[in-house]
Amino acid sequence: MTMSLPKKMIFYTLLTISAVVLFFPIAYAFLISFMTGPELMQGRFLPESFHLDNYIKVFDRLPLLNYLLNSFIVSAGVMLGQLAVCSLAAYAFVFIPFKGRDFVFFLFISTMMIPWEATMIPNFFIIQNLNWLNTYQGLTLPFFALAFGTFLLRQHFKTIPKELHEAAQVAGLGPFAFFRRVVLPVSKTSLVTLGAYGFLTTWNMYLWPLLVTTNDSVRTVQIGLKQLQSQEVATDWGVVMAGVIVVIIPTLLLLFLGQKQLQKGLTQGALK
Amino acid sequence: MKKVELIDVSKSYDRQKDVISNINVTIEPGEFFVLVGPSGCGKSTMLRMIAGLEEITGGTLKIGEKTANRLPPSKRDLSMVFQNYALYPHLNVEDNITFGLDVKKVPKAERKKRAHETAEMLGLTDYLKRKPRELSGGQRQRVALARAIVSEAPICLMDEPLSNLDAKLRAHMRSEIRRIQKRLGITMIYVTHDQVEAMTMGDRIMILHDGKIQQVGSPIDIYNHPANPFVATFIGSPPMNLAGADVRKEENVLMLTNGTQIAMPEGSLDEIAEKRVTLGIRPEFLMPPETGIGLPVFEAEVTNVEVLGHETVFSFIAGEGEWTAKWNGQWQIGTGDRIPIAVDTGSACLFSLEDGRLIRKAADRQRAVRKEGAAL
Repeated sequence: MTMSLPKKMIFYTLLTISAVVLFFPIAYAFLISFMTGPELMQGRFLPESFHLDNYIKVFDRLPLLNYLLNSFIVSAGVMLGQLAVCSLAAYAFVFIPFKGRDFVFFLFISTMMIPWEATMIPNFFIIQNLNWLNTYQGLTLPFFALAFGTFLLRQHFKTIPKELHEAAQVAGLGPFAFFRRVVLPVSKTSLVTLGAYGFLTTWNMYLWPLLVTTNDSVRTVQIGLKQLQSQEVATDWGVVMAGVIVVIIPTLLLLFLGQKQLQKGLTQGALK
Repeated sequence: MKKVELIDVSKSYDRQKDVISNINVTIEPGEFFVLVGPSGCGKSTMLRMIAGLEEITGGTLKIGEKTANRLPPSKRDLSMVFQNYALYPHLNVEDNITFGLDVKKVPKAERKKRAHETAEMLGLTDYLKRKPRELSGGQRQRVALARAIVSEAPICLMDEPLSNLDAKLRAHMRSEIRRIQKRLGITMIYVTHDQVEAMTMGDRIMILHDGKIQQVGSPIDIYNHPANPFVATFIGSPPMNLAGADVRKEENVLMLTNGTQIAMPEGSLDEIAEKRVTLGIRPEFLMPPETGIGLPVFEAEVTNVEVLGHETVFSFIAGEGEWTAKWNGQWQIGTGDRIPIAVDTGSACLFSLEDGRLIRKAADRQRAVRKEGAAL
């Protein structure tokens, strides 16, 4: 796209300002994580020297590695579960003709309008009655069925020409073999997108893990951060920020690595 | 090699109106059978019914000696080439070719050997590691063909496989497919809307219109003796000229609606019971008077002229419509001229006006080349 110079300047100024505004909290948290208590009290912006005391303290004070591992297991579990459930559901909605398919699909999609919080109490009772408090399955299972994910994959599956399905039938591929050997590889971008989306949402989840965990055994990292704040009379912000930085590293890594795929997947089908 | 038999096959989508009805045909083992017809005539549906991709709502389909109505596509022992090729975009050419073998659990070494043989036959050896999107249309078409051949299925179905290629490549692939089919002896069922493909490729062709068989036969037979006016105009380019005509037995002439009289050969109208018929005559049997010596001549007004170099095609007014004539060589004819035209009436077909049935066949026009050394 070609733009005149003044227009370009305005655009870039606006972009820079919004980038600074958006990134300031993270940058400031990053800087605070290197400050000592007194430095923080003075309201300084830059630490005098970069020392890693806060990072050592945060690992001391909390089973942070444990929490990280829990978070990772839960996020990966939800991600895989969502991919499996959504792709199978989307496959049924696209390739298996049955009566009332569209109606069922729209019913399914309409659940997107129900806020998650509204279903939280019944979900909690189910998990409690199953005795699944403080378990991985209690943390992950309620999130497997995702209307958004099914919709995303259905849109992609719909772009697969029906001749491909027929060719596979003639070649002797069963429905599941067709799903595994043709549909999934062809829809790689959408699967990556959904996977990244599922992983990040679960990683950042706070309320549900807080409800279904009562001890440290499967507690995730977001709750650990909250614990850092409330444990002390006066919160040691340097330590909290060190924790925050540790926690957002995986998120950032995933974003940097998957950005291209993510964009491709989300815009695909929209243009076709 | 297996035969395919369709007995009283019909298809309806709403259980009321048949889109295809009364299909009775036996496709012999090793035969190149072409289904041809205008778009929407049901030819693709018929092919898909044979493949098992579309349900048969009435009648029996036999593949080999077995009834196959309810068999899934994979159990029918056939391969299929689709119009848009249906290559798997995530696999390279070699994997695309061997995909079906892999599913059928053919050992890896065997798979590789067969893929390479087929690739060589079709000139794909250099592209085995490429993805379909890196190939040209003609190459993709060949990969689709290779995929069908490599399965060694006794029956191969093709659904307008050449319609996405340019004219030159199409002519080349036409002879290529024909050659491979003869070499492997596969039973081929080929769907096309292009009458040139049907004429040049088929051992036999079936012409479909509105879901009904119009005629089945060898291309030349159909060209010479079309069963009804639809077949007459569908096969041949330019199409056969048709006009309604009154039969005048006493004078032995046919009179077109605009008063043009065409004298028919002695006795050729004796067995015609109808008073009015449809006269059909191919453009090449309307000749310049110098060539058609002794033939009846009439005059007509020329409405359009196309000089193609080796031949001249022009239309003129005859009966209620326009006719087309094809003369060899380059003729200087102007639009609006009245010119004399000789009619080879022996080659004329007459159709019944009511049901379109062929009531008088044209004389056979096949010629043979005298071979050297043969007894005279």
